[in-house]
Amino acid sequence: MSSNGSQPLLEARNVVQEFVVRGRGGVKGGVVQAVSDVSLKVMPGETLGIVGETGSGKSTLARSLLQAPKPKSGQVLLRGTDLTGLKGRDLLDARRSMQMVFQDPFGSLDPKWRVEDLVEEPLIAYGVGSRTERRRKVREVLDLVGLDPSVYGRRRPRQLSGGQAQRVAIARALALDPALIICDEAVSSLDVLIQAQVLNLFERLRAELGLSYLFIAHDLALVKQVSDRVAVMYLGKLAELGPAEALYREPLHPYTVALLRSVPSPDPEAPKAAAEEAISGDPPSPIDPPSGCRFRTRCPHAQERCAVEVPELRELGTQHAVACHFPVVQRSANGR
Amino acid sequence: MELGVTDHTASVETEPQAGDRAPGAPLLELRDVRVAFRHGGRRLVAVDGLSYTVAPGRTLALIGESGSGKTVSSRAVLGLLPPTATVSGSIRFEGEELVGLSERQMRRHRGASIAMVFQDPTRSLNPTMRIGAQITEAIRVHQKLDGKAAKARAIELLKLVRLPAAEQRFVEYPHQLSGGMRQRVVIAIALAASPKLLIADEATTALDVTTQAQIMELLRDLQRKLGMAMVMISHDLGLAASFADEVVVMYAGRAVEQAPTRTLFANVRMPYTKALLEAIPRIERPPHQPLPVVPGRPPDLAALPAGCPFAPRCPSARDLCRESAPPFGEGEPGHRWACWYPCGSDGAAPA
Repeated sequence: MSSNGSQPLLEARNVVQEFVVRGRGGVKGGVVQAVSDVSLKVMPGETLGIVGETGSGKSTLARSLLQAPKPKSGQVLLRGTDLTGLKGRDLLDARRSMQMVFQDPFGSLDPKWRVEDLVEEPLIAYGVGSRTERRRKVREVLDLVGLDPSVYGRRRPRQLSGGQAQRVAIARALALDPALIICDEAVSSLDVLIQAQVLNLFERLRAELGLSYLFIAHDLALVKQVSDRVAVMYLGKLAELGPAEALYREPLHPYTVALLRSVPSPDPEAPKAAAEEAISGDPPSPIDPPSGCRFRTRCPHAQERCAVEVPELRELGTQHAVACHFPVVQRSANGR
Repeated sequence: MELGVTDHTASVETEPQAGDRAPGAPLLELRDVRVAFRHGGRRLVAVDGLSYTVAPGRTLALIGESGSGKTVSSRAVLGLLPPTATVSGSIRFEGEELVGLSERQMRRHRGASIAMVFQDPTRSLNPTMRIGAQITEAIRVHQKLDGKAAKARAIELLKLVRLPAAEQRFVEYPHQLSGGMRQRVVIAIALAASPKLLIADEATTALDVTTQAQIMELLRDLQRKLGMAMVMISHDLGLAASFADEVVVMYAGRAVEQAPTRTLFANVRMPYTKALLEAIPRIERPPHQPLPVVPGRPPDLAALPAGCPFAPRCPSARDLCRESAPPFGEGEPGHRWACWYPCGSDGAAPA
């Protein structure tokens, strides 16, 4: 859309997001360290996938990038402009090029509105064009997401299937010509055939409009399908970040290895992970995360050093970084 | 901690037990089951002629998209359908016909010899009751135990489902537990009467992959220990491939392909099953490859097309498919499909 290849479209620098939990009587009960010191970049036209379990902070990270709410500390640069320093109208204008698509399309569409009004709303909110121009834009984006405006324009959300409603949500996001779309579990509630249609739609839009995506999901295969690079989050921190191919083929972090082994294969002949290899227990509370490496309480390779020293994200392969004192030796990761 | 399979038999009413029946007899047998709903003056056939059997200790997976009839058919087994539904055909459990049983008669089975686990553990648990109270309640519905014995049994069950710190969790509320722990509690409650059949309706869909792997492993382990059969309802063919002995693929209320798991995945015949398999993103595949998709969406059950219900979306449909519905026949030993032009003759079945 703009800028050359070397300037990131979006860059997060040491983003921290915390929430205070109140106990009985409103006393401070603790601080949820939802996102702790996360740095990442999204290049123009690139898709960055984020995977992690419930509570890993992936949705909170996305919202922090959008400044909703603003992160506790750190910087979020959109084409070089720090969003954390912007307020009011300036922030709204900057944020216009980042749009979000959520998991439940029916939850993000007002049931009483018609499709064409739903898609026009963001244009009105930003005071874009005349009514005729806006209506033309609505027809254009509905066409783009594969919905015939003359058929679906007058419908209301309840007259749509889940897949169609998600297409409307995507059309809404596209109406303002964004450079980046943040998808938070955007296809997770769809049936597999419809999901494949929407995934292909995302890919087509990427090619046609040069869009960038931040694609958040808990399904590893899904994330790989659309991503150039993938970030693995655990308890508010990045565990691993690398090119999709390399990260799935040669995972470096024991957590990534465990996640990959948990994926059921649609091939009954595929070797099954032995029970002792599967990761056990639940993630610890983000209110009182473990010292040192946050994954150490569930890690099969944890040693003393892991409890004392926080592992920094360091680059081991080409663009492939891991936050682990004892990264998985690549041969053993594959030798199962 | 080990639970005996026969624990519950003394407490259940004096019905013929599995031991009285011929060995190898199916535990659950559905024959030509049809479920119709009255809906705004229209008749809607949600399940049309479904037949399958489940042997003791075995796992059957019902696979399909939303509205394919997989959940409705399982609710019919438990008599959990609304009054607008009519069930016909035959559902036999241990030889006894369940279709047409009164609510009182049905209750003898429901939760006792047949139990069900649903997708969302939050909605299956009462948020205002402690975990312990919910599980002892389930135990005392089926067994005449005093409070102390019921509590001991409850803790035994919570340990069986590997809930960490079972004694402490006993006095906690559902909101204090993680999603995975809540689903373990729901499973413990389902196991309260040592059921012979567990129906798991998308029991792991709402959970993370790591938790899903743990819960499926737990269920498999419990099955081995307790000799329990399972009907697993899922939209995930990957899960079925890993855990089921037999798979039934449903579309628009009908079974369209059915076979032992290995046979099915080695030799997919029905284009719908093939489409489902190919549409799943796979971790082995490189990024950005377009997924093979079929257009459209499942038909409206109240306005089914003539012929094969999948024909409007099927890449290999011909005139015959749009004119008459293919029979659901046994094309190969143990492998049934409903298709006039099955795939695979060219050996193109995906692995």
